[in-house]
Amino acid sequence: MSGARSLMVALEKEGANIVFGLPGGANLPIYDELYKSNIRHILVRHEQSASHMADGFGRVSRRPGVCFATSGPGATNIVTGIATAQADSAPMIAITGQVPTKMIGRDAFQESDIIGITNPIVKYAFQPMTPSEIPEVVKKAFYISATGRPGPVLIDIPKDVQQNEAEMTFPTEVKIRGYHPWVDPDIGKIEQAIDMLLSSERPVILAGGGVIISGAFAELQSIAELLMIPVVTTFKGKGAFPENHPLSLGPIGMHGHAEANKIMVEADCVLACGSRFSDRSVGTFEEFEKNLKIIHMDVDPAEIGKNQTTQVAVVGDLKASLRIMAKMLIQKAVKKSGENPWLKRVNETREYFRQNLKLHPHPLGAAKVLRKLREMLPAQSIVTTEVGQHQMWASLFFDVIHPGTFFSSTGLGTMGWGFPAAIGAKAAKPEVPVVDIAGEGSFNMTENSLAVSVLDDLPVIVFLLNNFSLGMVAQWQRTFYDRHMIGIDLKNCPDYVKLAESYGAQGIRAESIDEIGKAVQTALKSNIATVIDIPIDPQEDVLPFVAPGTSLKDMILPS
Amino acid sequence: MWSIISVLVENKPGVLFKVTHLFRSRNYNIDSISVGVTENPEFSRMTITTSADEKQLNQIIKQLDKMIDTVEVKQLDEKKSIYRELVLMKIKITKPSDIMEITDLANAFKCNVHDVRKSSIIVEITATPDRINAFEDLVRGYGILEITRTGICALERGVGSES
Repeated sequence: MSGARSLMVALEKEGANIVFGLPGGANLPIYDELYKSNIRHILVRHEQSASHMADGFGRVSRRPGVCFATSGPGATNIVTGIATAQADSAPMIAITGQVPTKMIGRDAFQESDIIGITNPIVKYAFQPMTPSEIPEVVKKAFYISATGRPGPVLIDIPKDVQQNEAEMTFPTEVKIRGYHPWVDPDIGKIEQAIDMLLSSERPVILAGGGVIISGAFAELQSIAELLMIPVVTTFKGKGAFPENHPLSLGPIGMHGHAEANKIMVEADCVLACGSRFSDRSVGTFEEFEKNLKIIHMDVDPAEIGKNQTTQVAVVGDLKASLRIMAKMLIQKAVKKSGENPWLKRVNETREYFRQNLKLHPHPLGAAKVLRKLREMLPAQSIVTTEVGQHQMWASLFFDVIHPGTFFSSTGLGTMGWGFPAAIGAKAAKPEVPVVDIAGEGSFNMTENSLAVSVLDDLPVIVFLLNNFSLGMVAQWQRTFYDRHMIGIDLKNCPDYVKLAESYGAQGIRAESIDEIGKAVQTALKSNIATVIDIPIDPQEDVLPFVAPGTSLKDMILPS
Repeated sequence: MWSIISVLVENKPGVLFKVTHLFRSRNYNIDSISVGVTENPEFSRMTITTSADEKQLNQIIKQLDKMIDTVEVKQLDEKKSIYRELVLMKIKITKPSDIMEITDLANAFKCNVHDVRKSSIIVEITATPDRINAFEDLVRGYGILEITRTGICALERGVGSES
C-alpha cells in the first residue's frame, strides 16, 4: 500500500470523515487517494481558512479537525491557524506535503522547513521519512492532539513517502514514553481546596477555557450551587457557566463585565478551573494575587505557578477533579445557603451595574444590537467571533445560555478566525444554527470562505457589526495616542450585501433593531449563508476597559 | 543562581533544536549545554546549566518535562553530583622558560599538555568550572590565544535511575 493510501486508511480509522484543504504539487498523491476514499473534502480558497475550519470543527466536536496543505506557501499559509489552535488549546491535525526526501535541504521549488517554522507553535510534529511509519504517526498524532491539554499536531509528509509502497501495520494502541497526558488528581489537595473555600469569606470561582475543553459544565455548576459561590469566567471560559444563572457574573478582564471585575478584586479566595491567568484576564500579575488565596486546577502542570503564585494546586483532568470535589461536598453534606453578606454584596454589585452602567446612546449601539441577536437565536446555537471591538462587545452583551456554545480566538487574537471557524463548527454540528459575530475589518481577512459556506452547504450567519474602520485600533488611538487616527479607515468598501450576493449567499442590510430581528429570522429560516450588514457608530468605544499594564481595580467605566 | 539540569531525551533528530528553542521562546538562558548518547542508544542525555531564579527554574523544568521527547528531567544537586567540563586552551609562549612554567602549572592542575611549539602550547583541562577559572586566571598573564569549552556534563552520585 502507498504512503498516501495508508494515510487515508489511518485517518478513517481515527474517525476523520471530513478534511479542509487545498491541493498542490507536493500533496497530490494524498489528494489522489482522497479521491478514492469516503472522506469529505472541503475546498478552501486560502489554506489559512482550512486551518481555522479544522480548529472550529475541533473545538465544537472535541476531536481533532484535519486540514491539508501543500508544501512551501501552502504550509506557511496555515502557520497562523496552527498558532491560533495552540494558543487556545484546540485539537487539530495539519497534514502538509513536503518536497521529496532527496530534495529536502536543496532549496527546492516550494520547499519550506515547516517543521522548523512551526516548532514553537505545535504540540508535536512528525515528518515520516518512510511510508511504513505513516500509520503509527497518524495514531500518535491523534492521541497527542486530543489528550491532556489538546493542541495542534503537524504531519509533514515528503512526496516520495506519499507515493512509495510499503507493508503497513495499523497499530490499535500507541505508547509514548515521554508523554503523560493525565495524572490522577490528588485527593488530599482537593480536600485542602474545599477547606480553603469553606474558610474564606469572599470566595469566587474563576472558570477558564479548560471547563469547556473538558466539558465539566455540570460538575462546575453543582460545585457553585452547593457552595453558593459566584462564578466569573475568563474570556475563553465565557459560557463555561450559563450566563443567565443567578450566580453568574460573566467574564473578567480587559473588557470584562464591570460586576465581574469588581467582585474579583474584592474576593479573598479564588478557585481557578482550567485557566492560565492570561494578562488579558487578570491585568498585572502582582496586583491580582495580592490578598488573594489561589486554588488552581489544571491538566497542565506547567501552568501551575507560571503567572500566579498558588496556595493549592490540583493537577489532573478538570472534569475528574471537579467531579471528585462535588462528590466530597455531597458526602460532607455541604449545602451553603444563599443568605450571606458576600452574596448580598455580589447581588447588589450586579444590580448596581445593571441599573447604572451607561450604554452607548446610538440607536444601533452594540448592546442593543447584540441583545437583539441573543433574543432571536435559539439557546443551543453556536456562536464564534472575529477579533476586535465586536468580539469584546459580544463578551459584554451577548449572554451564553447553553454552556460550551461560544468560541473565539482568545489567546492569539487572530483576525479572520471567526468565519472559517464557524464553517468548521457547522460541519461538526449541522443541526444547530451557527453565527459568526463579526467586524468588517476581521471578516475581510477570510471573507472568501463565503464560497465554501455556499458551495459546500455549510450555511452560517455572519452578523457583521460594520463601523467602516479597524475599530479597536481606532479606540486605542483615541484613548492612548492623542486621537492620531491612522491606518484604521476602511471606508464603505466593499458593499457586503453585494459581496455576499456575488458568492451566491444572502446579503441583508439591517439599519434598525427591528430590521436586525427580521434579518436574523430570515437567515435562520432560509438555510443559506447570510451576511447581515449592520452599520454601527464608528465612535462607539468598548467599555468598561482595563488598560494594558494596569490592574482590574483600575477599570475605566463609561462616563 | 547557577543550576544544573539533566535531561534524558529521545535520541532522534530535532530534539536538541526543540530543547534550545524552548529556552529561546520562553526567554530563558542557557549558560552551557552538552549532549551525548547514553548507554542505551535510544536516549541521549543533555546537561544544561542555566542561571535562573527559583521560580524561573521551576518553570524551565516543568516546560522541559512537558515536552514529548523528554523522558526524564531533573535538577542536580551540586553536592550529590559529579560535574566536569573539558577545556582546551592555547597559550602564548614568549620565551623558552614559559614552556616549563606552564607545564608545571598544568601538572599542578592535573592537566595534559599538547602541541608544544615555540610560539604556543595547548593545555587540556578537565575539572569543575571553579578550578578551570582558577587555572585560566593563573595563565592569563602569558596570553591566552584561543579557548574552547565543552560545557558541563554531570551525573548524580550513587545508584542511577536509568529508564
